[in-house]
Amino acid sequence: MSESMVGIYVFVLSCVIGYYVIWGVTPALHTPLMAVTNAISAIVVVGAILVAGYSDNGFSIMQVIGFFAVLLASINIFGGFVVTNRMLAMFKRKKK
Amino acid sequence: MSPDLSAGIYLVATVLFILGLKGLASPKTALRGNTYAMVGMVIAIVATFYHKDVSSYSWIVAGLVIGAIIGSVAAVRIQMTDMPQLVAILHSFVGLSAVLVAIGTYEMHARMDALGTVFLIEVSLGSAIGAITFTGSVVAFGKLQGLLKSNPLIFKGQHLLNLALIIIIGLLCYKCVISPSVGYLILLTILAFALGVLIVVPVGGADMPVIVSMLNSYSGWAAAATGFTLHNNLLITTGALVGSSGAILSYIMCKAMNRSFFSVILGGFGGETEVASGESNEGKSVSSAGAADAGFMMENATKIIIVPGYGMAVAQAQQAVKELFDTLTEMQVEVKFAIHPVAGRMPGHMNVLLAEADIPYDVVEELEEINGEFATTDIALVIGANDILNPAAKTDKSSPLYGMPILDAYRAKQVFICKRSMSSGYAGVDNDLFYYDNCSLIFGDAKVTVEALVEAIRES
Repeated sequence: MSESMVGIYVFVLSCVIGYYVIWGVTPALHTPLMAVTNAISAIVVVGAILVAGYSDNGFSIMQVIGFFAVLLASINIFGGFVVTNRMLAMFKRKKK
Repeated sequence: MSPDLSAGIYLVATVLFILGLKGLASPKTALRGNTYAMVGMVIAIVATFYHKDVSSYSWIVAGLVIGAIIGSVAAVRIQMTDMPQLVAILHSFVGLSAVLVAIGTYEMHARMDALGTVFLIEVSLGSAIGAITFTGSVVAFGKLQGLLKSNPLIFKGQHLLNLALIIIIGLLCYKCVISPSVGYLILLTILAFALGVLIVVPVGGADMPVIVSMLNSYSGWAAAATGFTLHNNLLITTGALVGSSGAILSYIMCKAMNRSFFSVILGGFGGETEVASGESNEGKSVSSAGAADAGFMMENATKIIIVPGYGMAVAQAQQAVKELFDTLTEMQVEVKFAIHPVAGRMPGHMNVLLAEADIPYDVVEELEEINGEFATTDIALVIGANDILNPAAKTDKSSPLYGMPILDAYRAKQVFICKRSMSSGYAGVDNDLFYYDNCSLIFGDAKVTVEALVEAIRES
C-alpha cells in the first residue's frame, strides 16, 4: 500500500469518527465547537514549522514563508483555544 | 527523533483532539475536553521541533510568540456578540497558512529534487483549498463586521464564471504535474483566491451561519490536504475531524432553514428580488401593547418562554433579559428560553450570549425539546426574532418559508413580540403571527422594552 493510500485510509476513517463525535455535540455548544475546531485545524502549524525550520545554507525565502505560516497558525491556536475556554467557562447550571 | 516515535506522539495528539471534541457533548465535560485538545496541540508542536529536517528555530519561535500574543489578546478582548467575525477571520488564517505551507513545501521538495506526480497533485489541491478558505473567510468577515454590504451580490454569468475558474485551476494543476514550476502553483493559487471571493459574495446576511460553518469545514479540508502533501497522518486526521464538523453544522443549519445547501451556495436569498408571501395580510390589523400591561400579565403567569433572536444581540439586551429572568424567577414564575437553530449569526450563538449574561444553561432549550411546551405556556415573549416564528412556514405553501421548522410560539395563550417597527424579517416575508388574536406587539428598542418590563413588574 502506497503512502498516499494509507493517507486515504486514515482520512476516511477519521471522517467516520468525526461524524459520530460531532453528532454527539450538544447544539448549545455549537459556537464553542466551531472555535475549538478552528484552533485544532491550526495543526497546519506542523507543516509551517517544517518549512520555517528548513535551512540548507543559511537564510532563504522559505524561512520567511515559514515564519508567516507559523505566525498565522499560532494566532489561530491561541485565539481559538483561549476564546473557547472563555465561552465554556460561562456555561453554568442553575444555583440550587 | 525517529519517524516511528514522532508518529506515535502524533497519534497521542490525535486521540486527545478526538477526546476534546467528545467533551463538548455536555457543558459539564466541555472545559476538560478543551484542555485535552490544548495538550494535544502542545505535544504535537514539541514533537515537530525534534523532526530531523528542522534545523533552525529562530523563525519558528518568533512566529509562535508573536502569534500567541496577537491570538490571546484578540480572544480575551472580543465581545461575544462579535464571535462570528472572530471565527471567520481565524478561518482565513488557517487557509492562508495552508497556502504558505504548500508553497514552502513545494520549494523544499524542488530543492531535494523530489517532485513526484502524486505530491504535485496533493500540493496543488492543498494550496487551492487553502486559498478558497482564505479569501472566502475574509469576505465573510467583511460582511459580518459590516465592512462589506451583507446583501447578496449577484450578477449574470456568476455560476459560469465559477465553473470556468474551477476548470482553469484543474488545468493548471495538470500543467504543474507534467512540467513542474512554482509559477503554475502560484497562478492556480491566485485563481483560487478569486474563486473564494466569488463563492461567498452572493450569500446574504442570515445565510451567514451556513457559510461560516462551510468555511469551518474548508479550513479542515485544507489541513487534511496539507497532511497529504506532508504524509502526516496527524494533519489528515485532524483535518478530517474539522472538515466533517463544519459539514455537519452546515447541514444542520440548512435543515433548520429548510434550504438545500446548494441553494445557499448559489445565493441570492433575501435579495431585492424576493417575492412577498402569497396570501396578503393587508386589511388585517395588529394589536400593540405597552410594557406596563405586558408586565402585569407576566407577573401573574405561571410559565413564560422567552424566544431570543439576533435582534436581542443587536440591541445588546442580554443583561436586561437576565434581570427580567431573575425578577420573574423570584416571583415563582417558571421561565425558559427557546432557541431556534438559526437564531443569531452562527450556530449556537444565542446560547453563548445567554450564558455570558449568566443565565443557567439548564433553562435554555432547543427547538425539539421545547416546542411541545408552548401549548401549556401562558406567555411567549419574543425578543428580536421574526421569521423563525412565522406560522406561514406550516400553513402557506406559497411562502418562501414553507417547510422551515418554526418555534410554535403561536400556541401560547399570549404572545408578546418586542419589535422595532413593522418591517418584515430577513426573508422579506410578512409574519402571519403578528395578526393572530393572541399576539400583541411591543414597539421599541429591545433593551429599553425589556428594562421597562422589569420596572413594571417590580413596581406593582
